[in-house]
Amino acid sequence: MTEPPQQHYLELSENPVQFEHASSVNNVFFDEANKQVFAVRSGGATGVVVKGPDDKSSVAFRMDDKGEVKCIKFSIGNKILAVQRTSKSVVFPDKRSLKLLKNQSINVNWYQYCPETAVILLSTTVQGNILQPFAFRNGTMSKMSKFEIELPVIPKPAKLSLSERDIAMATIYGQLYVMYLKHHSRTANSPSAEVVLYHLPREGACKKSHVLKLNTTGKFALNIVDNLVVVHHQSSQTSLIFDINLKEPDCAVNTHQPVLPARSIHPYRMPLAGPAVVPSQPPVPCQLYSSSWSVFQPDIIISASEGYLWYLQVKLHPTVNLLQDKGKLMDFLLRRRDCKMVILSVCSQILEGGVKGSLPVVATVFDKLNQVYKEYLEAEQSYTVAMESGPSRGSAAQKRPVRTQAVIDQSDMYTHVLSSFTERKEVSHKFVIAVLMEYIRSLNQHQITVQHYLYELVIKTLVQHNLFYMLHQFLQYHVLSDSKPLACLLLSLESTYPPAHQLSLDMLKRLSTANDEIVEVLLSKQQVLGALRFIRSVGGHDNVSARKFLDAARQTGDQMLFYTVFRSFQQRNQRLRGSPAFNPGENKPRIWFIFQMKPTIGGLKI
Amino acid sequence: MALSVSVTAMQEKQYTPSLLSFFIYNPTFGPREGEEEKKILFYHPSDIEKNEKIRNVGLCEAIVQFTRTFCPTKPAKSLHTQKNRQFFFEPEDNFWIVMVVRNPMIEKPNKDGKPPTIEYQEEEILDTVYGAVVRQCYSMYKLFNGTFGRAMEAGGVELLTQKLEKFFYRYLQTLHLQSCDLLDVFGGISFFPLDKMTYLKIQSFVNRVEESLSLIKYTAFLYNDQLIWSGLEQDDMRILYKYLTTSLFPRHSEPELAGRDSPLRPEVAGNLLHYGRFLTGPTNLKDPEAKFRFPKIFVTAEDGYEELHLIVYKAMSAAACFMISASVELTRDFCEQLDGLVGPQLTLLASDICEQFTINRRISGPEKEPQFKFIYFNHMNLAEKSTIHMRKTASVCLTSVHPDLMKILGDINCDFARVDEDEEIIVKAMTDYWVVGKKSDQRELYVILNQKNANLIEVNEEVKRLCATQFNNIFFLD
Repeated sequence: MTEPPQQHYLELSENPVQFEHASSVNNVFFDEANKQVFAVRSGGATGVVVKGPDDKSSVAFRMDDKGEVKCIKFSIGNKILAVQRTSKSVVFPDKRSLKLLKNQSINVNWYQYCPETAVILLSTTVQGNILQPFAFRNGTMSKMSKFEIELPVIPKPAKLSLSERDIAMATIYGQLYVMYLKHHSRTANSPSAEVVLYHLPREGACKKSHVLKLNTTGKFALNIVDNLVVVHHQSSQTSLIFDINLKEPDCAVNTHQPVLPARSIHPYRMPLAGPAVVPSQPPVPCQLYSSSWSVFQPDIIISASEGYLWYLQVKLHPTVNLLQDKGKLMDFLLRRRDCKMVILSVCSQILEGGVKGSLPVVATVFDKLNQVYKEYLEAEQSYTVAMESGPSRGSAAQKRPVRTQAVIDQSDMYTHVLSSFTERKEVSHKFVIAVLMEYIRSLNQHQITVQHYLYELVIKTLVQHNLFYMLHQFLQYHVLSDSKPLACLLLSLESTYPPAHQLSLDMLKRLSTANDEIVEVLLSKQQVLGALRFIRSVGGHDNVSARKFLDAARQTGDQMLFYTVFRSFQQRNQRLRGSPAFNPGENKPRIWFIFQMKPTIGGLKI
Repeated sequence: MALSVSVTAMQEKQYTPSLLSFFIYNPTFGPREGEEEKKILFYHPSDIEKNEKIRNVGLCEAIVQFTRTFCPTKPAKSLHTQKNRQFFFEPEDNFWIVMVVRNPMIEKPNKDGKPPTIEYQEEEILDTVYGAVVRQCYSMYKLFNGTFGRAMEAGGVELLTQKLEKFFYRYLQTLHLQSCDLLDVFGGISFFPLDKMTYLKIQSFVNRVEESLSLIKYTAFLYNDQLIWSGLEQDDMRILYKYLTTSLFPRHSEPELAGRDSPLRPEVAGNLLHYGRFLTGPTNLKDPEAKFRFPKIFVTAEDGYEELHLIVYKAMSAAACFMISASVELTRDFCEQLDGLVGPQLTLLASDICEQFTINRRISGPEKEPQFKFIYFNHMNLAEKSTIHMRKTASVCLTSVHPDLMKILGDINCDFARVDEDEEIIVKAMTDYWVVGKKSDQRELYVILNQKNANLIEVNEEVKRLCATQFNNIFFLD
């Protein structure tokens, strides 16, 4: 298998929003809140085309040219249009009255607004590095605690040192962060640039929480995709990704290195735009990391000069070969949105290898998967319990836990990984059994009930290789948990491995709900007295049908035995009904349990 | 061989059964007159005069030959005489092993300086027990040497006699005929009770070791001299288990009993401190003179037998046996690798098992500890459990009940062996003890109750109670 020379793990969305590219007559604006692109031709006189994230939200209209438009936006739902033409006035074409709700007086250098969380960030003081956030909620504005961004050098005399371009706000793993792009500085002994993350909680103080090491210098831009921090580096035309939840054992707390080596975004080809496009004309490659690109949070890249808006996406498949540490790879993949099939393919890949010493890796991977699986099962269970106990008083209504793709259950593993793995001829059965046992161990360790089909897979593999003694030992230590199907499967093995009979009876006994089955098994072995003694010992003698016992006794050809059984039932009848006679209902046709006990495993030839 | 003698109040001397002689012969090796000595491959005691050896062998031959006329397929197994009992066993075609055991006897002193009267107790010893002992002798020889036929092929009679001499000279000294009993008939394996999770951890350990040291073909895992996992087939494990628990482990138990003085390894650069050490092979890896030779064992394989190196490695109470094809030469490098890999893991596992075992014990409580004296055996998995026998030591296997009771157990076992059906036998012994034997399918249970005033019904109830507490998770018919 040859690997592609470059594994691009970032790509631009396939269906970009296309608009008329910026020119001397066409100004382009982007509204982060509604994610709308405005193409304003000739100040609006020859048309304004608004394109949103999906085709339906396209709007086109005209307005009078009253001078150069500095900024243009819609309110939510495209109800009100706001146009800014001078630095101190905003025009609403639809006339409405405005009311001043609240007023704060602060000297502001610049501001940033995060529409997702409705938080505005104001740069204050001369140096600009004291940031004052405000949160908008339900029509009120609340002041959050301000915080200071540590500058690499304190300028003397003081001047504005924190640029709006170096600050971005984004939600990562459900928490709001202020990201500060800290450039390298020769004087401050910092050899390369870094991104410093400040965690901005809803309540409480903002704290410096993570440092992302870029290990290089130059011009950078930031995106957030699938909870990953993506740092684009213009001069090398590559991007790095960081996962702030990935623990770095060899780094100081909360200092992160890139998860993967730097790679460029996957090459992108643009179909030739315009009305004169000839269908057969090949698409032209797009210049990536162009200086005309604008990057917006969380995951938007706009090329105004070419008239494209893309969403940045993470491709998981290429990461598999870039991250050698499979444990770390799993930690990374389990936090991604569309991870299921990739994770399953990684599992198959590890098992395929036959690499010496891969069992500990297999164990680590299984443990990581089952940890997530278990957390989901527990959440699901506590939800069910909460629902059953009725609407909770006082506490907030519990939400049904969301099953993310990272929840890989036993059926996923069985269908996509284990069943095909056990079929592979070139893999030694020793390794197959070791892997299955490792999976069962991991499930047990996480207190997850093992599904019956996994046991069947173990038994099938052992039986195919005549490893009955191993099977016996597993059952002896109850590694394969008791169940009726398993007991029946064992019964079906009796002809090749006689001790399976005992193992099966023991299992039926432990189940304590299988007394009828035990009687049938004993009767089928012509152990009529044994069956009778058993049914008495469990107190089922009074309700049992005499017919099958008498039938079985007759089949032995032992007249003394038949008489004994017959008398035993007469005595029972006498005791129960005052007469030794049998009820007519006891002559029901007999259904042999043994017929239901055909092996249930597909393809298991014994 | 030392004689066990006990003196009673009457100045009577009681002698326990002891080994008189043990010999191996093949009648086809000296068929002509005057060549009889050639038949004899091994004879203990060796200092017996040649003609007597020939006479004794000839007698056995004649008895076997004679009894064959009555039943050609089942020749005589034993010969009872007043003073002794002889056991015959033909493990391979024409190779006969004979063991002669002197009956236990009582020496009664006489007055007036007359020589004491000797009373032989002809019926006190059981054929099943000593028959099993002879078979065990052969199995043990075969474990370390392969079959007699193999030695013959490799080096003729000369090699075979050498091997027999070398093996049995030492082995016979370890036979303690006076303490042989029902457990020898079973030849069972004591399994260590363990929770599922810890068991799976051990599985995981075994699989990992076998994967990274791919030379290892089979692994067995024991804790506290009890088996937890066997990669070998049942019959091979049975005899290996016997060797480990009655010979190898007892020889090495001293450092552990000494507790704190056990040789804790000095910390090597980058290595975890661990308690692992080789019970076979090199005693000290650091020794530049160390030899990397391990005992070789023979186990059954698809095509006859296979020869394996037996590496026994122990950390605290956990022992792992690793078996590697004998065709591979084991090096210092390999042993160091094994030590480095297995030592720390096995140490950790041993303390895990110990901890888990203590927790389980605490949960089940002391009241669940059996107050009953019983022996349990399952023919299917060879599992045996005895609350009658004390911990086995190198020299002797102690029981906590009188030999008479053990004899009753043996008798009941013989009765069970005669029929296929489930059975139950209740015996009231002379000494006011009740002895109960139960057989259900492939399982046998023997209980000794010390309730002198109990009646049959009460005894039956008592045994039922025992079954309900001790054997509630198996199908054991009441």
